[in-house]
Amino acid sequence: MDAAKRIVVLGVGNLLLSDEGVGVRVVERLPQAYVVPPEVALLDGGTCGMEMLEDLEDLDVLILVDAVRAHKAPGTPVRLAGDAVPVFFKTKLSPHQVGLSDVLATLELIGKAPKYTAILGIQPVSLETGMALTPEVEARLPELMRMVADELAAQGVALVPRAAAGAGAQAALQAGARTAQAA
Amino acid sequence: MSKRVTIDPVTRIEGHLRVDVEVDAGRVKKAWASGQMWRGVENILVGRDPRDAWAITQRICGVCTTVHAICSVRAVENALQLEIPVNAQYIRNLIVLAHAIHDHIVHFYHLSALDWVDVTSALKADPKKASSLAESLSNWSGNSASEFTKVRDRLSGFVGTGQLGIFTNGYWGHPAMKLPPEVNLIATAHYLQALEIQRYASKIVAVLGSKSPHIQNVAVGGVANALAIDSQSVLTVERLLAVKEWIEKLNDFVKNVYLVDVAVVGGFYPEWTKIGRGIVDYISVPDIPLDGKGTQFALPGGHIAGGDLSTFKEITNFNDTYFRDGVAESVKHSWYEGGKGPLHPYQGETKPEYTDFQDNGKYSWLKSPTFYGKPMQVGPLPRVAAMVAAKHEPTIAYATKALDLVSTVAKTKVGLDALHSTIGRHAARAVSAAVQVDELARQWDLLLANMAKGDLKTFNKPVFPKGEIAGVGFHEAPRGVLSHWVVIDDGKIKNYQCVVPTTWNAAPRNEKDEPGAYEACLLDTPVAVPDQPLEVLRTVHSFDPCLACAVHIVDEENNEVVKVKAA
Repeated sequence: MDAAKRIVVLGVGNLLLSDEGVGVRVVERLPQAYVVPPEVALLDGGTCGMEMLEDLEDLDVLILVDAVRAHKAPGTPVRLAGDAVPVFFKTKLSPHQVGLSDVLATLELIGKAPKYTAILGIQPVSLETGMALTPEVEARLPELMRMVADELAAQGVALVPRAAAGAGAQAALQAGARTAQAA
Repeated sequence: MSKRVTIDPVTRIEGHLRVDVEVDAGRVKKAWASGQMWRGVENILVGRDPRDAWAITQRICGVCTTVHAICSVRAVENALQLEIPVNAQYIRNLIVLAHAIHDHIVHFYHLSALDWVDVTSALKADPKKASSLAESLSNWSGNSASEFTKVRDRLSGFVGTGQLGIFTNGYWGHPAMKLPPEVNLIATAHYLQALEIQRYASKIVAVLGSKSPHIQNVAVGGVANALAIDSQSVLTVERLLAVKEWIEKLNDFVKNVYLVDVAVVGGFYPEWTKIGRGIVDYISVPDIPLDGKGTQFALPGGHIAGGDLSTFKEITNFNDTYFRDGVAESVKHSWYEGGKGPLHPYQGETKPEYTDFQDNGKYSWLKSPTFYGKPMQVGPLPRVAAMVAAKHEPTIAYATKALDLVSTVAKTKVGLDALHSTIGRHAARAVSAAVQVDELARQWDLLLANMAKGDLKTFNKPVFPKGEIAGVGFHEAPRGVLSHWVVIDDGKIKNYQCVVPTTWNAAPRNEKDEPGAYEACLLDTPVAVPDQPLEVLRTVHSFDPCLACAVHIVDEENNEVVKVKAA
């Protein structure tokens, strides 16, 4: 593992539009499910734009987590890397208008773009107004977090799962809290 | 024959707004502004704890997170008539001022300058000539010939690859582009420098707000920052000294680059001081409270009728009934259930009723707010007009400086009336930024002086009474008046309405079928090439539209940006 690597896991999306906020929820819950080493910065980007420029400069690895319109069955996890990344931004596979594509274009302009970018996401079930994820997407969240861990492992950074029972209980608590809030 | 032009989306980066214009004989004859996505956020808040509302409302919009957080706690504090510690006021003031300066710099350079600046023309510029021109106007350190040569070479490499990246969607070579190559090069260099500078404003928000991009430190009753003279774990003098350094960098850029560039661009486009006047009934609110109750403010605000500064009526405090009683929203032309006439926000309803886009019926997800029955313009221009009317000395000084420079470049005397225009909105925004950066430094001094007196208090605990209370919080946000209206019953939110700046400006026609600010300001705009309606974009962009703020998202798999159809 190269300790000097600069790695960001960036969750984006709007928390007020149900599954649109899935990226932010992943970033919120990742530390409860895994021990995240200090060289991995978790960033809740919401729907922000230029404010994130500095946080995203000169990265070795950017893992973007978002709701992705991939024309797959709702709730399907999606991974995009390599050539699919620019396509993602050009064709707005992300259902929200975030300004993030412009932040990345700006990073290109100033020569500080991430060396490696991967996009992990999920086909949303609903984008209705509401603060809770749909049960379908909620159920796939552990899988999406595992994909983040796998992606980081491929980059030489290990996320250690917290004790399985503990993590399960945590997730259940979280889900319960969300449902209660939305009610 | 008239042509109908649909622009969707109109923003280069943010949000989602659709503008339809009918063009006849090279001029806009009719215009419609439409928000394309339902904003049902208010409904999420009903039944919740009012102390949580700020964290939820700051998710309404990607660009204006901070302003909704601040406005929300002000609304709840207003309902409770809760005074907050003066330190909390100073810290909030520093955050909102830094945020506003960030917004203004990014808006001009990164979201709208390319409406006026032809980046490809900059390649033909002589860096030496550009440098001597820039150095004759300002003592900014980034105006050397070597700096400009570097920028031109970098740009040339960029264009050479055929990958214009962020510059791709510009209207290069459009007949409405009029800046000489040297000015285009100067502006492009400053575009890049602004990317460096804007981060200092973000850093101030992040340090004081405890987290970026969403601040975490706000609370009903004050702020959650613990202040200390020496401790490491809290907001220390050491951190505040770093903030002071960043303020100085912003100050240098705003005064010596931004204000100058806007005036120079204005000087080369003097005809744009006569375009885009539209609605000149203005509303702004006072901001940067200097006491815990919100009875004294550093920056004045109020109402101006018909663009006549002598009609200025000041809004004086957080309990001002003139503001509170004047706001209402109509949904006659909006996709909501109506029939009750314009409603005051305390009674406001948000029940969707979608129809198609009907030119004479309903055509927008935005409501149509009015002030005592009249549509208003909000934003930096109304703000600066109010501050000039209130005889706020720094505002008058910076406005005079900008207009003098415009006059020099345009070689004709340009007066205050030129501000009521498309380019005038940009100038007002730069003047506003100059005033705000001075105020940022002053708020820093006030906070430090108060801490030095031994006052480290930042929070007064709110207590919610039984029964119903209501409150309004207002904030002069970067894009203009923002107000949150909350009705609380037994400590839970009963109704919540946000009347956001872009809703004022991009409003559809109101109850009396009068157009909103965008719609009115677009009338008579020249359009040289109907399928490249750059001029329409110039006027719309001059408002700094943020439809992510007024509406959220649009699921658009169709990437067509400009639709032209014969009408």
